[in-house]
Amino acid sequence: MKYGIVVFPGSNCDRDSWWATAICSKQDAEFIWHKDKVLPAGLDCIILPGGFSYGDYLRCGAIASHSSIMKEVITFANKGGLVIGICNGFQILIESKLLPGALLRNASLHFVCKDIFLKTMNYSTPFTSRIEKNKIMRFPIAHGDGNYFATPDLIKELEDQNRIAFKYCDQDGETSQSANPNGSLNNIAGIVNKKGNVLGLMPHPERYSDPALGCDDGISIFDSILDSIG
Amino acid sequence: MDKTNSLYSEVEVNLETAISVGLTENEYLKVCEYLGRTPTYTELGVYGVMWSEHCSYKNSIKQLKTLPRSGGRLLVDAGEENAGLVDIGTDEKGKRFAICFKVESHNHPSAIEPFQGAATGVGGILRDIFSMGARPIAAFNSLRFGELDSERTKFLLNGAVSGISHYGNCFGVPTVGGEIYFDDCYFDNPLINVMAAGIVRADKVATAAASGVGNPVFIVGSSTGRDGIHGASLLASREFDEQTEGMRPTVQFGDPFAEKLLLEATLELIESGAVVGVQDMGAAGISCSTSEMSQRSGVGMKVDLDKVPLREKNMSAYEIMLSESQERMLFVFDKNKVQKAIEICNKWDVPIAQIGEVTEGGMLDIWRDGKQVCFMPADSLVLGGGAPQYTREAIKPKYIEEAKKFDASKIEPKLSTEEIFWKLLKTPTIASKKWVFEQYDSQVGTNTVDIKSGAAVLRIKELPEQGIALSIDCNSRYVYLDPYNGTKIALAEAARNLVCVGAKPLAITNCLNFGNPYDPEVYWTFQETIRAMGETCRLFDTPVTGGNVSFHNESQNRAIYPTPTIGMLGLIEDLNKTISNGFVKENDLIYLIGYTYEDDLINYNLGASQYLKLIHNDNVANITSININKELDLQRLMLDCITNGLINYAQDISEGGLAISLAEKTILSNNNLAAFVDIKEIDLTNNKYNNLLLFGEFQTKVVITCSEENALRLHDFCSKYSMDCINIGRVQKEVFEIKDILKTSKEQLVKEFNSLANIMK
Repeated sequence: MKYGIVVFPGSNCDRDSWWATAICSKQDAEFIWHKDKVLPAGLDCIILPGGFSYGDYLRCGAIASHSSIMKEVITFANKGGLVIGICNGFQILIESKLLPGALLRNASLHFVCKDIFLKTMNYSTPFTSRIEKNKIMRFPIAHGDGNYFATPDLIKELEDQNRIAFKYCDQDGETSQSANPNGSLNNIAGIVNKKGNVLGLMPHPERYSDPALGCDDGISIFDSILDSIG
Repeated sequence: MDKTNSLYSEVEVNLETAISVGLTENEYLKVCEYLGRTPTYTELGVYGVMWSEHCSYKNSIKQLKTLPRSGGRLLVDAGEENAGLVDIGTDEKGKRFAICFKVESHNHPSAIEPFQGAATGVGGILRDIFSMGARPIAAFNSLRFGELDSERTKFLLNGAVSGISHYGNCFGVPTVGGEIYFDDCYFDNPLINVMAAGIVRADKVATAAASGVGNPVFIVGSSTGRDGIHGASLLASREFDEQTEGMRPTVQFGDPFAEKLLLEATLELIESGAVVGVQDMGAAGISCSTSEMSQRSGVGMKVDLDKVPLREKNMSAYEIMLSESQERMLFVFDKNKVQKAIEICNKWDVPIAQIGEVTEGGMLDIWRDGKQVCFMPADSLVLGGGAPQYTREAIKPKYIEEAKKFDASKIEPKLSTEEIFWKLLKTPTIASKKWVFEQYDSQVGTNTVDIKSGAAVLRIKELPEQGIALSIDCNSRYVYLDPYNGTKIALAEAARNLVCVGAKPLAITNCLNFGNPYDPEVYWTFQETIRAMGETCRLFDTPVTGGNVSFHNESQNRAIYPTPTIGMLGLIEDLNKTISNGFVKENDLIYLIGYTYEDDLINYNLGASQYLKLIHNDNVANITSININKELDLQRLMLDCITNGLINYAQDISEGGLAISLAEKTILSNNNLAAFVDIKEIDLTNNKYNNLLLFGEFQTKVVITCSEENALRLHDFCSKYSMDCINIGRVQKEVFEIKDILKTSKEQLVKEFNSLANIMK
């Protein structure tokens, strides 16, 4: 299969996403420049990587959502193509209205980089099907604005429609407040759109996809994508 | 003196104006001599900044030249380029790779504006790395503040940490390590030392020399404003006093997004082959980069300042030449490849403007508004050229002999051993720095293998089997009491931290933070530091790749402890053999390994210790005369043990001593394992053991664990290197225990250790 990794000028996890997909997951992966007006042919999945797309001096991801490449990404997603936004990528998906809700400043008001535990809430998406059932995964987070917020109606809708892909939890899988690193409502760490082909998440699967770094829990997301593309 | 008339000077120059830009009378006369006339105001400003302490190293360069600055795996000699370059090996296709690394200070700006001061410190050191063509892969910092009991210190700590976090995280370099000390001597003068490392193909390194007469000179990056004028000459090259507060405009303003674009554009420009030479613009901006790049190849430059993109109106030649606006680079391009260079900059939306060209004759010929404002020999401006070089008077400070008379082991503490332990564990210098480090992105780049040990371990994607380790260390309490041995200890600790993760030390970079060099007692401590560094680095075979000197870290109230921060690079030949950062297995044996000094027996190395600070609230007593040959034996032993898979974990003994070292590892172990030790086993004093042994900050010693099966072999290895090998305990479940003294849960340790987060709430 073939990944396309969008490079905004301030992306800084683009090369890490390439390493996870091309080297660890052994798939084709190519970079897509933010000024491009067409997508390369034959893409199966687009990654919006982490970083600070256009400096993020304005609301995170706000400027990126107006870039020329995002028009193409939105069209691709609306046609059912797989799109995964990681960290800043999740922020861009929200600003682009591909996913609902908002990502606020962390409750601590500080940037936070640490390992957290994740509970998979829905194993039937193209991004989660190969995750071992009931496994509590260890992922790293690194963000200043990852505090997921939405109206009570939307939270209910997300819960009812099983669109919350991941929740922050403790080592034993309890989705407790003490295991919530940024104040997200309902410990939400990642959500999918209605069709299930767009995933946004704050934790970084690409950072834990290489056994050389001591943890490769993240590779199961790329395994799932590969599986769903077939 | 009447040749000025052909040049334009906006202000009439005399001795008084010279003094106002930071020059002395003799230096002013020397400028007139070089030029054969009175300088213009702009020229005077350029000499003022280029001959400032910060840029010229005028009071340190003679000393620095005595350090080993080449050899080993160094690919360039110290001072030749923007940063040091160390060979780390070749890949299977024969491509050779090098690590480029350097540490620098940003102390003075951070003292008055901690957020921007620290942020632009990070920006500056990153530019030094990528201006050589290297992609930054790691950042470090060494931060020192006054005691954490004042609102001012909390403000400085919070500001500096936020600044580093803001800049490094956005730029996309992992901040993987550092140290933070709190001591009253840094109350007025906090130290912000920042280090960065990058990787580059050895055959693709860019040079900081201009060459090729007729080649165009370009400014690439942000526009030039009035920020930072006099940053180097007046702010960073003198002490703090009541005028300092008014100097906030001399602090630069950082934009990490602009730096990220500049990084990508710079690396692509270098890769394209269009670049003849490149240097970043930090201190002294256009003045420094044009003169240094010219001087390195014996050429000159003609520059029209009207072409410099400005962000403010009506800037004078003087202001443009001295601006320290951030995120700018000076490039000399091959004149036939300019179009390619412009295309690359346009792709990254990085401003690019030609401001002049390389000329014959070695003169800097600067124009503004059609008037010639400077015509001066580039060579006369720079360090190693015409910049002054001084040796200052040095007198051994009186306090040193006085302090030695104090016997730390004779104090009768009013606290029990257990109470001392708990107090030490939560003292901010020792306590967990999680509150700080979690604000830094430590993983971007996906090379970070371990950041919990004394050294950070990074894998190298280009050389899959290998890794590098980096440490940054200096316990300045030691250097204050004994600059010679204290500096040796700082170097030994940096190296010990590397070998404890299985890395062989290759080279160092230094950041020498001192008080006023015109104070003979301060200068003596500087000389002693350099003497120790030269001797030790020669024995360690770790040449000095470069770094920086920061003098004038003092105020009316106090001078800092002499603080020679050491950044050390080590190579891990086989990344699979690097050892864990915590306890691995229940019932593993805990050993104290190393060399026993006479002082270990007499005063348990309590001189300069955190114990002494806690109990006696002073920094006194004798410190160990460390034996570098013994230290080397210990380091070789450690590498031998790790290569042979004998040990499961290793750690040095630093602030707080053995007890704290073991408690820290218990806390950091990602499992429910903890240490059990019996200090009666430590046969240092012929069984007359003393509880104070727990808090002695021993040199040339490490704590390790090994399995019972490997114990015999471990003893054999230790005797081969003539090192003591004492089994002091074992790894057990959940309970941390020092027999007959202290027994506690891991949970309680973690709680007390996290004191910093509570203080900063």
